[in-house]
Amino acid sequence: MMGKAGFCLLAAGALAFGSAIAADARRAMPVVSDEAITRPGMPRTLEDYQFFIHADAQMPTMGVEPYSLNTPLYSDGADKLRFVYIPAGKQAIADGEGLLQFPVGSALIKTFAFGEGEDRRLIETRVLLHREDGWIALPYRWNEEQTEAKLALVGARLEIDTPDHGTISYRIPNKNQCKQCHSIDGTLVPIGPKARNLSHEWLDHRVATGQLDTRPEHSDILPDWTQRDHAPADQAARAYLDVNCAHCHRPGGTASNSGLDLRWEQQDLTAIGIMKRPVAAGRGSGGLNFSILPADPSRSIMVHRMRSEDPGVAMPELGKSTVDEDGVAIVERWIAEMK
Amino acid sequence: MKTLNGMCLAAGALLMAATPAWAETITVAAGEGAQERLQEALILAEPGDEIVLGAGRFTLTDGLSLDVDGVTVRGAGMDQSVLDFSGQLGAGEGLLVTSDNVVLREFGVENSKGDGIKSKGADNIVYYKIRVEWTGGPDEKNGAYAIYPVESENVLVDSVTTIAASDAGIYVGQSKNIIVRNSVAKYNVAGIEIENSYGADVYNNLAVNNTGGILVFDLPDIPQQGGRDVRVFNNIVVDNNTRNFAPEGNIVSEVPSGMGVMVMSHYNVEVFKNVFAENATGNVLIIAYPNETEDEDYNPLPVNVLVKDNIQGRAGYKPNMDGGEMLAAAFGGTIPPVTHDGNGTDIVVQDGVPVLTLGYTKPAQPVTEAKPGIVDLSGDADKPLSLKPIVLPEAMEAVVKQ
Repeated sequence: MMGKAGFCLLAAGALAFGSAIAADARRAMPVVSDEAITRPGMPRTLEDYQFFIHADAQMPTMGVEPYSLNTPLYSDGADKLRFVYIPAGKQAIADGEGLLQFPVGSALIKTFAFGEGEDRRLIETRVLLHREDGWIALPYRWNEEQTEAKLALVGARLEIDTPDHGTISYRIPNKNQCKQCHSIDGTLVPIGPKARNLSHEWLDHRVATGQLDTRPEHSDILPDWTQRDHAPADQAARAYLDVNCAHCHRPGGTASNSGLDLRWEQQDLTAIGIMKRPVAAGRGSGGLNFSILPADPSRSIMVHRMRSEDPGVAMPELGKSTVDEDGVAIVERWIAEMK
Repeated sequence: MKTLNGMCLAAGALLMAATPAWAETITVAAGEGAQERLQEALILAEPGDEIVLGAGRFTLTDGLSLDVDGVTVRGAGMDQSVLDFSGQLGAGEGLLVTSDNVVLREFGVENSKGDGIKSKGADNIVYYKIRVEWTGGPDEKNGAYAIYPVESENVLVDSVTTIAASDAGIYVGQSKNIIVRNSVAKYNVAGIEIENSYGADVYNNLAVNNTGGILVFDLPDIPQQGGRDVRVFNNIVVDNNTRNFAPEGNIVSEVPSGMGVMVMSHYNVEVFKNVFAENATGNVLIIAYPNETEDEDYNPLPVNVLVKDNIQGRAGYKPNMDGGEMLAAAFGGTIPPVTHDGNGTDIVVQDGVPVLTLGYTKPAQPVTEAKPGIVDLSGDADKPLSLKPIVLPEAMEAVVKQ
């Protein structure tokens, strides 16, 4: 076990005292460590990147820009704080309504937290780093004292008190599990920052600062999830499925073999599940015949699996310990309205 | 900090450069912290490494995964090193492999909540002397597939044992160039299933006490379809009379209990030199896809199926199909061991036994339109076998000689 990478990890551990020395100085305005992002290896602490002025308060330093998504991914009700870092002088390229193409050296940072104000607890911060040889995903776990987040290569399972669901068994994904969602044809890619799911205002700001080449025509088209009750059910539901399911349920994704393709742009009715029989669902089918049976959400496998907390049945397979009642409600409404 | 960190990385690079290029053996013992220790080994492994599982029970709470090419995971034996997923809280399978040139050998997997071992897009994978079992026996709550390679090229499943999967014990889907041999499948819904695949040899296996012994299927609305070129030979397929405990909705839930070999849709299938006996519904069933489908690219009919030189033991004495009891009565208590639904082209049966036709003229016809009767599908002359044997890369075959 102690060969190769293992040695470096030990060495890094022995040198970790260095972080304490620099702590005060950094409060002024740390400079993001481009080396930590781009050099081979796996930095042992979140602090190594210097993304934050006050990490516990999630106050980003210069060049680390917060962003939000119109329709976000559900993660057991965790609050998520998202940031993007693009190296100075470099620029992301818009690709239609799809994923912004970030230059090498960029980082996407997402912190998961539960609770409000003083009670807020940071659980984990996941980083996606764009290196010369592609993207790498690493999970960092916050300590009890909320002073430091350490690399959690193998993930973790924790008991967490949540406002909505009481105590839950929360899973920090391991490095491989990061890739299970972030993979297309075996290559790791970001999921969230697609132009269609980002606001015009935010995109315009990036263009103004030179961090993005242009605001693409079809941007900001996914509905605002907080306003979903006022959106057409098909729009809100398809946006939800795109954001929560389509990273796996798409060609080249982890669930490609199912033939279910839940991307926003997919227009084929069978491909999105309507009257589609299951392929390898096993007991996930729940004794039902179709992913979506129009007008009958209670006999649609999609709803059955979204409603389940039972591993082997529950969808999504990862990052879900609790049912997203709001998500289920919108998908049920969409199916119920089908003729 | 930056400097210090940089130094560490540099030191790391030096150490890596100093590491000999030969493969390492990483031993992981059973016991406390197995989830973290084993998963860490699977993540930090490098191509060529062998991860050795100690004897004993590895108690796991989450799915494991391997995404590094060229890694061997070797246990002390399928009953000696056991990955126990009875307390699993997350993930869709016990072990997931997504890298190429991986060898899994000599360990067991028990009671995973979803599938047992899944390998997806994992070319040149070898499963050798693996056991995947749900220890409570047949149950709707068991995982779907025990051994589940999918979307892969070059698959070798050799000397494995699968027990009580609620779908298929050994399921190879949407793959190319496959061998399944020397294996035991028992008390599963489907013992062995080859689905939507191109080129498979299934031989020297024992399929016993499943709902259906060996299935060769092609299904619609799936990325890879037009399944073709499958040989099923030298297998012992007996006593597959376990009730169908697959959840409805899955295609195998439509497999009648008491089935030996079943071919559905599919091109070019040869079933020969098998031993069939005591399959209450029948030894061989050849049918079209029975459900409605709007998939225009899909051919629901079986095309070019040859059944010959099998030993046809007792079968058809309690057919579990619509009107089965009446049919059996009409044939003096036992229907013929081979049944064809009437659909498809070039269906030849040269086993010297009577063949029952259901007399359908198109797929998905209602049972009320069936016109059962005896049919002669033996053709004019002895039809030779024509499918070529599957050849796997030598390195894969070398694994099972070690």
